Amino acid sequence: MATTTAMATAAPKYWSGGKSPYNVEYGKLMMWLFLMSDAFTFGALLIAYGTTRFSANGWPNPNEVFNKYPGGANAPLVFVSIMTFILIISSVTMVLAVQAGQQMNRKKVAFNLVLTILGGVAFLSCQAWEWTTLKLNEHAWWGHNPFLNSNGTVGHQDFTNFFFTITGFHGFHVFSGVIINIVMLIMTLTGFFDRRGHYLMIEKAGLYWHFVDLVWVFVFTCFYLI
Amino acid sequence: MSNEAVLHTNVEGAITHDEHHDEHHEHHHHETFITKYVFSQDHKMIAKQFLITGMVWAVLGGLMSVLFRLQLGYPDSHFPFLENILGKWWVQNGQITAQAYYALVTTHGTVLVFFVLTAGLSGTFANFLIPLQVGARDMASPFLNMLSYWFFFSASVVMLSSIFVETGPFSGGWTAYPPLSALKDASPGSGTGMDLWLIAMALFVVSSLLGGLNYIVTILNLRTKGMSMTRLPLTIWSLFFTAVLGVLSFPVLLSGFILLIFDRNFGTSFYLSDIYISGVGALPNEGGNAILFQHLFWFLGHPEVYIILLPAMGMVSEILSVNSRKPIFGYMAMVGSLFAIAILAFLVWAHHMFVTGLNPFLGSIFVLLTLLIAVPSAIKVFNWLTTLWRGNIRFTPAMMFAIGFVSLFISGGLTGIWLGNSALDIHLHDTMFIVAHFHIVMGVASMFGMFAGIYHWYPKMYGRYLNNTLGYIHFWITMVGAYLIFWPMHYEGLAGMPRRYYSYSAWESFKQFGGLNQFISTVAMIVFSVQILFLLNFFYSIWKGRKVTTQNPYGSNTLEWTAPIRPGHGNWPGEIPEVHRWAYDYAKDGREFIPQTTPVDPNEANH
Ligand code: HEM
Ligand SMILES: [Cu+2]
Repeated sequence: MATTTAMATAAPKYWSGGKSPYNVEYGKLMMWLFLMSDAFTFGALLIAYGTTRFSANGWPNPNEVFNKYPGGANAPLVFVSIMTFILIISSVTMVLAVQAGQQMNRKKVAFNLVLTILGGVAFLSCQAWEWTTLKLNEHAWWGHNPFLNSNGTVGHQDFTNFFFTITGFHGFHVFSGVIINIVMLIMTLTGFFDRRGHYLMIEKAGLYWHFVDLVWVFVFTCFYLI
Repeated sequence: MSNEAVLHTNVEGAITHDEHHDEHHEHHHHETFITKYVFSQDHKMIAKQFLITGMVWAVLGGLMSVLFRLQLGYPDSHFPFLENILGKWWVQNGQITAQAYYALVTTHGTVLVFFVLTAGLSGTFANFLIPLQVGARDMASPFLNMLSYWFFFSASVVMLSSIFVETGPFSGGWTAYPPLSALKDASPGSGTGMDLWLIAMALFVVSSLLGGLNYIVTILNLRTKGMSMTRLPLTIWSLFFTAVLGVLSFPVLLSGFILLIFDRNFGTSFYLSDIYISGVGALPNEGGNAILFQHLFWFLGHPEVYIILLPAMGMVSEILSVNSRKPIFGYMAMVGSLFAIAILAFLVWAHHMFVTGLNPFLGSIFVLLTLLIAVPSAIKVFNWLTTLWRGNIRFTPAMMFAIGFVSLFISGGLTGIWLGNSALDIHLHDTMFIVAHFHIVMGVASMFGMFAGIYHWYPKMYGRYLNNTLGYIHFWITMVGAYLIFWPMHYEGLAGMPRRYYSYSAWESFKQFGGLNQFISTVAMIVFSVQILFLLNFFYSIWKGRKVTTQNPYGSNTLEWTAPIRPGHGNWPGEIPEVHRWAYDYAKDGREFIPQTTPVDPNEANH
């Protein structure tokens, strides 16, 4: 078809059909849309938290609640800052993995994926430690809030409820991300992507991973900083 | 270079295609019964699966409404035979029990809104029409598309099973407001019934997400050469906006459900505060807010009504134009108004909450935004009417239903303007007026859109025609019946008759409506039986209907009519056709219709 080839060589008309207007294959577009959808899920949860807290008479002070670290207390927010740092670093290694994928460098992809997975696992372990400490030492759990409001009144019931639900939902996302990355690692090591000729799936996994990190920034801000 | 190659290898050549696209080509690998009819990845088969599952639900949901209308129309009569069929839980002394009544109303609402008019409507037509009308071999991801159906199927199974549990299905209304939905002891249906309801709805959300992502991506990425966005038929535009609404609003419902699940099972108080249940005592929950759930619910709930309505609008636009033998009037205005509706749909949810104690100032903002929707709605109505104006109209059953849709949308839209005023809503909220409004504008109107779509595209789906005479009978009785059922409800509502009441016998003032209620219930039964007639027509014609012998029986411009009469998996045997013009070149330059695949003649007039 002469006309077709002629059109393809002319200046690309992205919206005129026959090609992807954003110049991405469908899977990546789908991932972006899924992330938008998921952003609404998190957004709704955080807004629900915000409205409840806004209309409450008092709320516990995060500096007093989150002040423990393995082997000690009285270090407000230190432990969670380390967690946050680990997660952000894992985003950096994910970027490196994606980059290596674009260069078709299997070894480097695998290496950086391993680091990313380790970062994710480290984050989840920290979260597990934080939760167990809260539960075992303070008896904080869903349906039970031992912490007083910062003004000294009996603590608002939904403080722990929202904390565990939302950080748990985020942790579940991190957990899924780790699983996805492990699958990606296996596929990389078996040479699946080399045979396929591209590492696009790593890019999609990367989008997901960055999104989960970004959400953590909001969750972190909402629960620990304000 | 074939379109296929252009389509799936990127222009820049940087991206090669994923392997499953290859199998869309000719080479028919062996298809077993399982891969062809059950776990099919062909969008046309998946569309039929959605349609038939939706029809099963429509019958069940319709039957439920007949049962509860029996109670409302004949509160003093006894129907012992029902007791034999349904059992003691549902019917006692020949009368529907109060608990059964609420269970029926709730399941009816849930099932018709979500399973019939969401999955059954956009599941069917997005699947069937998007690849065929944009010129693609299948959906972007046939596999996820198949999963989307099977999640819907699982949701259906779970919802169905809730009808059979000992304590009955959930009975707190389709909106599932707490505390009835949050406390297992609040009512019999709040226990296992509500657990199953939540599981079913969560599965449904997943199904709708998988479907929606696919629809959007297919429309954006897989349009054939020449099919720019402004050449898309309006069906595709409406399905596009529908999918966007779904992808952005269902997740919020999911968040609402997550909090609800914790309230139900893990002792939290997100929606609960200061509650006393007789027989149980005072509950320890404090600090939560039931209104929070209403916000989360209606942030989905209002877009949901447009998720239901937009596909009908799109199909009606297409069918009106084809059967008036005229271009759709104001194509860009139609697209623009769809867009405006999609945006506004997210900004009006609190109009369902005017009487919750919402700050009146905030209420006035929602009044303004709500009434703004009347503008794009009116644009659409005028464009439909001007499309019909002086058209060379062919009154096929599909066309009749499309015109019926316009009538219903006008009638129901006008009452929406009443309700959108927060002051009037104080009187009208939670009365039969609401029931009348939303059934006409959403329920029946979208059903009409769906019927129009089925009658119109049936030949493409099954290669046979439906029986026209039965179609006209179906249309007229449904049309007249729908008005007879729902119009009088406006008067009941204006008189203050509340909705969701099992019995009105305690009010002297509502006794005057006894005869009217009887009348409504009788018409409802007649209309229901006519739907059975339609079903007979549908299933009979699949095997015995008149065969389609020409590729383009309606003289339509859109691409689906360039495919073979019974297209295989892959839709077009050779190359995908290329598109040279928009979809609405009817009655142009003395030609009755010019298909989208016809190249533009240099002497042709501009449209
Ligand atoms: C001019 C356009 C419209 C306006 C101004 C409008 C306004 C309203 C308002 C204010 C309510 C809440 C009344 C109350 O509960 O007190 C309502 C209820 C409702 N509307 Fe509309 N509406 C419009 C069009 C539509 C359309 C197009 C649909 C569906 C496609 C629809 C579906 C519904 C439903 C389902 C309900 C009832 C929900 C329930 O409580 O169960 N409306 N409408
Ligand atoms: Cu609304």
